[in-house]
Amino acid sequence: MKATLLLENGMAFTGTSMGSTKTSVCEMVFNTSMVGYQEILTDPSYAGQGIVMTYPLIGNYGVNSQDNQSRNAWAAAMIVRRQSSRGSNFRCEDTLDNFLKKYDITGICGVDTRAITRILRDQGTMNGMITTEENFDRDEAMRLIRAYQVTGTVERTTRDHIQVYPGERKRVAFLDLGAKEEMIRMLQKRGCCVTVYPAHTPAETILAGNYDGIMLSNGPGNPADNPGIIAEIRRLYASDIPIFAVCLGHQLMALATGAKTGKLKYGHRGANHPVKDLATGRVYITSQNHGYMVEADSVDPAIAEISHVNVNDGTVEGLRYKKKKIFTVQFHPEACPGPRDTEYLFNQFMELMEED
Amino acid sequence: MPRNKNIKKVLVIGSGPIIIGQAAEFDYAGTQACRSLREEGIEVVLVNSNPATIMTDKDIADHVYIEPLNVASVTQIIEMERPDSILPTLGGQTGLNLAMALDEAGVLKKYNVKLLGCSAESIRKAEDRQGFKDTMESIGQPLVTSKVVRNVDDALAFADQIGLPVVVRPAYTLGGTGGGIAYTRAELSEICSNGLRLSRIGEVLIERCISGWKEIEYEVIRDGAGNVITVCNMENVDPVGVHTGDSIVVAPSQTLADKEYQMLRTAALNIITALGIEGGCNVQFALKPDSFEYAVIEVNPRVSRSSALASKATGYPIAKVTAKIALGYTLDEIKNSVTGKTTACFEPALDYCVVKIPKWPFDKFITASHKLGTQMKATGEVMAIDNSFQGALMKAVRSLEQHVNSLGLPSLKPLTDEQIRGRLELIDDQRLFVIAEALRRGIAPEEINAVTKIDLWFIDRIKDIVDMEERIKKEPLTCDLLHLAKEYGFTDNYIGSLRGIPGTEVKALRNQMNIHASFKMVDTCAAEFDAETPYYYSTYDDFSESQCEDIPKKVLVLGSGPIRIGQGIEFDFCSVHSVWSLKKLGCYTIIVNNNPETVSTDFDVADKLYFEPLTAEDVQNIVELEKPWGAVVQFGGQTAIKLTQALTDMGVRILGTDAEGVDAAEDREKFDEILRQTHIEKAEAGSCFTAEEAREIAKRIGYPVLVRPSYVLGGQGMEICYDDDDINNYMGIINMYSQEHPILVDKYLMGQELEIDAVCDGEDILIPGIMEHIERAGIHSGDSISVYPPVKISKEHQAVIADYSKRLATALHVIGLVNIQFVIHEGKVYVIEVNPRSSRTIPYISKVTGVPIIELATRVMLGEKLKDLGYGTGLYPEAEYYAVKMPVFSFSKLEDADTTLGPQMKSTGEVLGIDKDFNQALLKAFKGANLELPDKGSRILITVKDADKPEIVPIAKEMESLRMHIYCTHGTYEYLQNHGVRCERVNSIREGSPSVLDLIEIGMFDMIINTPGKNRAHTTDGFKIRKAATERSIPVITAIDTAKAILRAREKGRSPQLRAVDLTTINQKVR
Repeated sequence: MKATLLLENGMAFTGTSMGSTKTSVCEMVFNTSMVGYQEILTDPSYAGQGIVMTYPLIGNYGVNSQDNQSRNAWAAAMIVRRQSSRGSNFRCEDTLDNFLKKYDITGICGVDTRAITRILRDQGTMNGMITTEENFDRDEAMRLIRAYQVTGTVERTTRDHIQVYPGERKRVAFLDLGAKEEMIRMLQKRGCCVTVYPAHTPAETILAGNYDGIMLSNGPGNPADNPGIIAEIRRLYASDIPIFAVCLGHQLMALATGAKTGKLKYGHRGANHPVKDLATGRVYITSQNHGYMVEADSVDPAIAEISHVNVNDGTVEGLRYKKKKIFTVQFHPEACPGPRDTEYLFNQFMELMEED
Repeated sequence: MPRNKNIKKVLVIGSGPIIIGQAAEFDYAGTQACRSLREEGIEVVLVNSNPATIMTDKDIADHVYIEPLNVASVTQIIEMERPDSILPTLGGQTGLNLAMALDEAGVLKKYNVKLLGCSAESIRKAEDRQGFKDTMESIGQPLVTSKVVRNVDDALAFADQIGLPVVVRPAYTLGGTGGGIAYTRAELSEICSNGLRLSRIGEVLIERCISGWKEIEYEVIRDGAGNVITVCNMENVDPVGVHTGDSIVVAPSQTLADKEYQMLRTAALNIITALGIEGGCNVQFALKPDSFEYAVIEVNPRVSRSSALASKATGYPIAKVTAKIALGYTLDEIKNSVTGKTTACFEPALDYCVVKIPKWPFDKFITASHKLGTQMKATGEVMAIDNSFQGALMKAVRSLEQHVNSLGLPSLKPLTDEQIRGRLELIDDQRLFVIAEALRRGIAPEEINAVTKIDLWFIDRIKDIVDMEERIKKEPLTCDLLHLAKEYGFTDNYIGSLRGIPGTEVKALRNQMNIHASFKMVDTCAAEFDAETPYYYSTYDDFSESQCEDIPKKVLVLGSGPIRIGQGIEFDFCSVHSVWSLKKLGCYTIIVNNNPETVSTDFDVADKLYFEPLTAEDVQNIVELEKPWGAVVQFGGQTAIKLTQALTDMGVRILGTDAEGVDAAEDREKFDEILRQTHIEKAEAGSCFTAEEAREIAKRIGYPVLVRPSYVLGGQGMEICYDDDDINNYMGIINMYSQEHPILVDKYLMGQELEIDAVCDGEDILIPGIMEHIERAGIHSGDSISVYPPVKISKEHQAVIADYSKRLATALHVIGLVNIQFVIHEGKVYVIEVNPRSSRTIPYISKVTGVPIIELATRVMLGEKLKDLGYGTGLYPEAEYYAVKMPVFSFSKLEDADTTLGPQMKSTGEVLGIDKDFNQALLKAFKGANLELPDKGSRILITVKDADKPEIVPIAKEMESLRMHIYCTHGTYEYLQNHGVRCERVNSIREGSPSVLDLIEIGMFDMIINTPGKNRAHTTDGFKIRKAATERSIPVITAIDTAKAILRAREKGRSPQLRAVDLTTINQKVR
């Protein structure tokens, strides 16, 4: 079946439908990872977004039941150059096409993904629509596309109940802002008992648990859209508990302590982003997925220092808070997908908790 | 870290002659590194014995030594030049081994030379078997379990421990002779006892069998601060069991999920870190297809063939970055020259798929085994880029220039389904085509996967291609279908042949439907950043990124494709130099080539690079977009020359000799007419298409005759025929493919062979030098030892040659380069052939004479006149140095290949010996070729054909006087005895044990002189002797003249001190 991708700038691409055939209006972003499409589709940070995979051959190794990063696939759409008719891998259980159908995600293949990527790069992230309708009303479609906003995604993707992952060593409170499971697995792997809280849990509930440490997860959307959560995080900041935050968690902690966030022109999404640890001068290749960033000049040096920067564009990639046992990073040390070079940050978090 | 200011003068070691396993990739890496070092103000000293390389140009390094790559000669260079550091990681295994030998000999310490890029300790950790094992164990990286055993019981006990099947590898046998895979205890007993018997030291290695596992490679780079990245990973389509150099390789990996991808990536980073390597490194893994289990197969602590491939596949210049790291820079301090914005500290993201296919020399070695295994056999490779695997695969297949532009091999068509099933079991150079044929026969992908262990994903993609063939045959050619066929890499001609219409009709249909190739950029970052590199590949997507700039003098330069015997690195030298010259002359240059190992496909050589197959259709896509002002074909070997007519038909101006001139040199009748006009003699000859016609010609001119196809290079398919049977055999083989051009039959003239390279501007000719061959006519010029300036040719003959050359070149309207071969037969000069193009001798003649031949040729192509160019006309004055070009062979890599020299070229590379004294130059050349010269007490086996017996007598006498021991089989023995030479008789094979073969096996002889008779069959004693000797690495001389030269070099070339010659100084003297 034919499908059309219509972009906010008015350009249309014709391809073949895959996955769900429902019309999807979303924010279009591109990801340069060459592997890891299943992890990407199930990463809650992509809620409300259509993902253009720059690697042209997608679905090669199929999908399995182990690599999902959350209970659902959150992406609003997937745009690929070519999909494999079947997957080939010892863990493969199904095709990408069936996976998209199962989670009702609209897909399109056979379009010039490099051309689309260049448009997003040059003109910035924009909205778009994928539809299988042959004679859709273009004006109406453009109106819907222009009006679209990614909102309420943290609420949609967070858990609605507390969940405890057993462990012997340290007790960690984990605030689920739309979290990837791998982060919890990283803590569990290090022997932590992880108590996962829904995003809107009051700080006092968490603090009452008397945890050894708190972790703030990744999550979708514009960080500034979460004033309630930010207020609670300000209270967590005030405590003396070690805190480690990633991605959205990192941005919210910055907002809670007076810094500002802004939107990147086309975001950082991929598995090849170099990040420099300013303390050691070492550069690590990181997995990234964010459209917003903490504005460097909004960080009050009395409160936090910039610990990591992106080597490509110099943007803030990490903050270390003064007189606090708090450190936060923009990138994804839990990987999945992507390089595992910064997994050691979880060890640092463990050390911080051990010090107490 | 900023650059280390203590490094001021660096010695770079090249990789020596092209042999199987070490090809042009090291010229690419070395050239890039030298340029990168000089950018930083470093004084670069280069040593390489290979004169055909770009790195040995005086423009690339400050001091250039074309000298043997051994400890003595490099020590001398170190003594003369006193470099403070040495960069050993860019010259392949040769460079690395030599650096280690220098370290072990205490030379580095004595002259206070530091190793850059990796310490001797790092090299040992990676190269020494035990050191590597210990290092891997210390960081928890699994290796393939193995054990050396000396008896069957130990083998069985070890197999019980690790589980069957196991691989048995006898120590010190070539090509795995006597080894094999044992699936049962009984098989193990049998194979093992056989292997123990065959192994010279009675040892076999019992190894866990991992054949069939996925073979995955990672190219990693680390800097001195410990930053470490992967440039690229690659997946071998052929699973473990086939050498990666002989495997079809795809980048990035296609069948790995993130879990496996990252698991192996992390392992690779940990390995390079543990080894402490600073620079590029290649790590090969075996990954079990049904689990996460893996094993480290091998680590190369240096740049490699894979790193060249990875550089071209990603746009990330590994050698350049390695050189900068060696100077102390960290990755984040080095600019990413592709984007111009980001740094070298990132991992390239590909948004396309790259396929590499090896180019094997089996067309030259018809008798050699085509089986692929752990010994690499390919001489070169092609690479193709597309956004589908199907498209990249099809492009790569047609880049091989093997008469096929699809996955259909005519020779497989007549086989039955059962035969095809049988062929699937065989791992050889045709496996890809067998799989396609099996799919055509309806054999299920799952069955093919079960037999070949090739991942189902790849087989599915091949099936997509096969299914497309059927659709094109049966369905209407709709726009969608035709578009998809083009995406899958189907050429217009192939689509046409499937539908029974001409390709031009398909092209017309395509134009109607507006289906055109578009070009995308290789930018290292999947379009995330705006990039500056002009490096493109074709797709059939809508948006083309390559723009046609409106520039007046836009010149298309066609490259020479994969390295093969007869068309090697020298043509890349020529292509690159012509690009540089064109740029100097204000032209905008566009290069088209498909060989990832070369300098020409480095993205900063030409103004624009198209990585595309060199076929008429692929080139036409580029021509239609770029509308070049002219095209240069004479530097890209036969690959480019073949496109002359097609380009002319496209309306492209050919710069230099035009299609008519090319045709006149190749077309027998036209050429004969030219000879008549110029009053020059050549051997009697004729041209034909059938065996009957060939026999007619032979009858007329008399046997022996030389037969060969026209329009080929390297004597491909050339033979000397002595009778009608020979002709029948020959024509049978040659006509397996339909011949577009006639077969040439020449009277074979025995005599002194010589050749010239010249530049002609249509009126005048400049001959930089005459080269004389040591071996008499009958041995291909590429396999002959060649001497400049001539030693034996009289001034009168030289004048005749200069005169003939001018007459021929002007009569053929040559504009640019011409190579002419002559033979002096009974005191008279005959022309053998004229090639209006560059030749394999151009690089060395340019270097030793100081005449910038390619630049002059380029200038005359653009209309300048020789008399204005400052190098004069006619025969250029002789240089004061002798240069001896010595061919180098790769026989030990090719099981069952016949090592006899003849009209068909067999050498893979060459070395040069330069000295003021001819004999010393000859000696240097032998040393460069790694030939152990016989000495007092050496044991020489002589067994020659009857015709050669008179000539062997003086040679044998001289050997006797040098107190060498001579051994002969009966015929030669009797002849020599009768002529007063003392020698010992050994049993021929049928005379029983100990036969000559047994004696070769135990290492009795130091050198063998064997000239074969007419019968070249595998069953002859001669063939068996040559094969056994090759397996034991004993030099075999198959031409009397070569034997003479060896004695001459040995006798007269020895002097207390051979002086190394800095090429940059001799050229100035000549001027």
